[in-house]
Amino acid sequence: MAEMRVDLEKCNGCGECISSCSFSALELKDGKVRILAACTFCGACVDVCPEEALVLEKEEKRVDVSSYRGVWVFAEQRQREIMPVTYELLGEGRKLAEDLEEELSLVLLGWKIEEKARELARYSVDKLYLVQDPLLEHYCTDLYAQALVDLVRAECPEIILLGATSLGRDLAPRVAARLKTGLTADCTGLAIEPEERNLLQTRPALGGNILATIISPRHRPQMATVRPKVMKRAEPDGKNQMRVIKIKPDLASQGQMVKILDLIREEKSVADLQEAEIIVSGGRGLGKPENFSLIRRLADLLGGAVGASRAVVDGGWIPSYHQVGQTGKTVQPKLYVACGISGAIQHQAGMRGSEIIVAINKDPGAPIFDIATYGIVADLHRFLPVLTDKLEKREKAAGLKNSIWEK
Amino acid sequence: MDFTLSSDQRMILEMLDEVCEKEFAPRADEISETGEFPSQNVKKLAELDLFGITIPKEFGGLGMDYVTWTLIAERISKACATTGLIFGANLLCSYPLEEYGTEEQKKKFLPPLASGQSLGAFALTEPEAGSDAGNVQTTARKENGHFVLNGTKIFITNGEVADIYIVIASTHKKSGPRGLTAFLLEKGTEGFSFGQHFEKMGLSALPNVELIFNDCRVPTSSVLLKERRGFKVAMGTFAAGRIGVGIGALGIAEAAFEKARAYARERVQFGRPISSFQAVQHMLADMATKIEAAKYLLYRAAWHLDRGEAFEQLASMGKLYASEMAMEVTTKAVQVFGGYGYMKDYPVERYMREAKLFEIIEGTSEIQRGIIANLILKER
Amino acid sequence: MDIVVCIKQVPDTEELPHIRVNPETNTLVRESAKGIINPFDENAIEEALRLRDAKGGRVTVISMGPPQAEEALRKALAMGADQAVLISDSSLAGSDTLATSYTLAMGIKKIGSFSLLILGKQAIDGDTAQVGPGLAEWLRIPQITYARKIEINGNKIRAERALEDAFEKVESTLPCLVTVTKEINIPRYPSLKGLLSAKKKEVLVWSADDLTLDRKRIGLEGSPTWVIKIFTPEPPPKGEVLAGEMPEVADRLIEKLREREVF
Repeated sequence: MAEMRVDLEKCNGCGECISSCSFSALELKDGKVRILAACTFCGACVDVCPEEALVLEKEEKRVDVSSYRGVWVFAEQRQREIMPVTYELLGEGRKLAEDLEEELSLVLLGWKIEEKARELARYSVDKLYLVQDPLLEHYCTDLYAQALVDLVRAECPEIILLGATSLGRDLAPRVAARLKTGLTADCTGLAIEPEERNLLQTRPALGGNILATIISPRHRPQMATVRPKVMKRAEPDGKNQMRVIKIKPDLASQGQMVKILDLIREEKSVADLQEAEIIVSGGRGLGKPENFSLIRRLADLLGGAVGASRAVVDGGWIPSYHQVGQTGKTVQPKLYVACGISGAIQHQAGMRGSEIIVAINKDPGAPIFDIATYGIVADLHRFLPVLTDKLEKREKAAGLKNSIWEK
Repeated sequence: MDFTLSSDQRMILEMLDEVCEKEFAPRADEISETGEFPSQNVKKLAELDLFGITIPKEFGGLGMDYVTWTLIAERISKACATTGLIFGANLLCSYPLEEYGTEEQKKKFLPPLASGQSLGAFALTEPEAGSDAGNVQTTARKENGHFVLNGTKIFITNGEVADIYIVIASTHKKSGPRGLTAFLLEKGTEGFSFGQHFEKMGLSALPNVELIFNDCRVPTSSVLLKERRGFKVAMGTFAAGRIGVGIGALGIAEAAFEKARAYARERVQFGRPISSFQAVQHMLADMATKIEAAKYLLYRAAWHLDRGEAFEQLASMGKLYASEMAMEVTTKAVQVFGGYGYMKDYPVERYMREAKLFEIIEGTSEIQRGIIANLILKER
Repeated sequence: MDIVVCIKQVPDTEELPHIRVNPETNTLVRESAKGIINPFDENAIEEALRLRDAKGGRVTVISMGPPQAEEALRKALAMGADQAVLISDSSLAGSDTLATSYTLAMGIKKIGSFSLLILGKQAIDGDTAQVGPGLAEWLRIPQITYARKIEINGNKIRAERALEDAFEKVESTLPCLVTVTKEINIPRYPSLKGLLSAKKKEVLVWSADDLTLDRKRIGLEGSPTWVIKIFTPEPPPKGEVLAGEMPEVADRLIEKLREREVF
């Protein structure tokens, strides 16, 4: 239980707290502050009050968490390929396991994936739960959820990390609801709080305008999803110390409520945006869909992938899997070139982690320039051709066409 | 005097602002360039029930007041003047139907106008009859329970896209204006065809077509009001139409002003934004003041119209003032933009070209002055 | 078919460009943003209306939130929904996604039977996308997330789900929960008639007492996750503006990228 109170004697109606509340949960009435139903008990206002008139009391019942041990990483596989996000979670998971002095385990669900499982042994992992069954060959919410929940109930892990992929975001909340435990989505930061050994889960909110730190003190396991390309990928440690535990899950095919009929690929070769080292993105400043040709030309010359802002995807100028941003993909390339993109905070959330950001926009006040490494205030319709011409000439002069592609 | 908007008005305008911002304004430049009739905009207006705002509920409309209509027309025109005029021209058809139509005529024509299924048009202007409305040459010869129309009309807004037309023709040549009769016609009537499209200075997507009547037969039931009352129908219609045209001009002026103000804040010359120079400040101040003044003439005219009171004088004043003001404001807006204002890349030159028409249609400024003088001299 | 749509009123995060940090307290100073229907929920409402218009039935819109969430429900009614319910109670304060999905599930149980439960894929303030699957779990129905297309045939539902690089065609039986993406449709604007008639319709408001629920599962008590800190992200380091004639700027850019071993 929690309680948020206003000490009416101390409150002088200055209203400092009101503007600090991200949830519009405070209002002034008759010269004193009142707490509204939208309050999330985050305590931001408590810090701001000059009179210390705001009091937040949280009862943190101690739950016997001692029986829950170990950090788990859900190893996502598709078509028997281990998804890259798994390696990013591994690196993070190892840090957490070390802080907790616990073991790091991987959980891999699938069918005929023993070969792939061996690859994982090269990384710093203590245990692998290899859960195989023909029914698990392709991802299905209900069967995967059941298999995972059964395993969790049997083994009682402290923490489970999953990738915030289309699969992870479909599976994790179902599992968390079945286990009636806490799940935090899209974490950008994870750490162990030493006293209570709680997992500190930091994530963006309000479209990326603020960051929030969240804990699940009374429930186990603590579940968290992490977006691909947010954490650093682990390096193999060559120690090969992974123990494999084979699990035969207890699944009934009637448990499968959704059947997969088919897979539709629309573009012939979709460069995986999230794996690209170089991305050239186009936004509304392009003016019309045909102008994506300018973006593609630059992307081709640099050997990069094409990205897009939400505005042009909404407008139907380019398919949605090119979308970078809060409701699209998070990317972390070496070079991100934003052309005709204003750089609203939701777009920034998707590409802020890029090593080098180049912004080309004719509006000098565009927010993208706040985060650009190199900003160019120019009309992209005139600048991009100049840039691509020079790049082409450079290639021809040095005969370096192949080397760009060798990245 | 209570100037507050009702909660209904606020709700409607909030919804309309979103539609204008997301649907009409982004397309305005494009349709002006291509001259393509904005059918998606018309469809949207119909979907939102906007064509039927003032049409009585029993005929499928919302039975709301003209002040609300005016506020709506203003916003549409501000986002896209072409769409605003298409919208306004409809009133020139629905208004006289409501005022002068028989129950049967209303039952037949008002519902499709209200739902937006049919657009309306009012056809008076001819090659030889502009300001001299009484000089209409199109004839309507009476013949065994029919009238046979012969003649041409030009510059008719919504011509060809409209399904319902009110056509003013002369049934009694010798009586000049007193020999005119108003007829209700539908597109597709035999003998009624369309001719020349005119290329204009601006508003190229606004349909303005020649109507051709060649032994066009219409039943006597298509007479609106009565024989020889056509001039009355026209003048009555124009009185209301003036509010619509004035509000259209106001919308353009507002759009131009906002762009000029935004530009003045950003454009730096001599090391400062030009909005810090008195010359520019005075220009913007004049523009803003005149826009406000126009609002009150026009809103008041609509208000009196709603109360069934005399509104013609305010309507004329409003149209006269708003159209001349819009010309001035749009010209000044181009001036604020300087060289860029002259370039097609920037929207202000379009506003200036669009504004000019409003000084001419629905009675030129000169005619308005005449009307106003007449009315004020009649007063005690 | 009876369709239930869960919606959320959220602040218009796209209209929050002026986030400022109070330098002394390091907390957010926010001008309050207007409340809007979560954009993806508008797609959900639209899809529900289309299905109802094609197949008959009723569309009920439900939301859990503070009293002002009624505005969002009213807009849904103006778009054409048949019934609107708001679950609002101070005891629900501090609910995380688990408690929220539980409360909504109990509300939906009170509404009665339904064939389809539709939500937007995520709310733009929380962006967790967790309430949908949570609801499906509490109600023990199948879930189809990220649907860009839905087809109903009798009691079967077929959908196309958006994956990272492809689309998956799936099939399930009703009742079923679906979360939708923006691609599924273009939401209609409320018509004038819709707006005016919605004003007269009643939005049912249910408190916690009106529902049969386990008090331990709602509000902060029922929320495994707690927010313990809110702060603003660190501003990025200042970059460089390359100015000058275009050919010159292009050259300098290429040079800089070469220095940083992009190529």
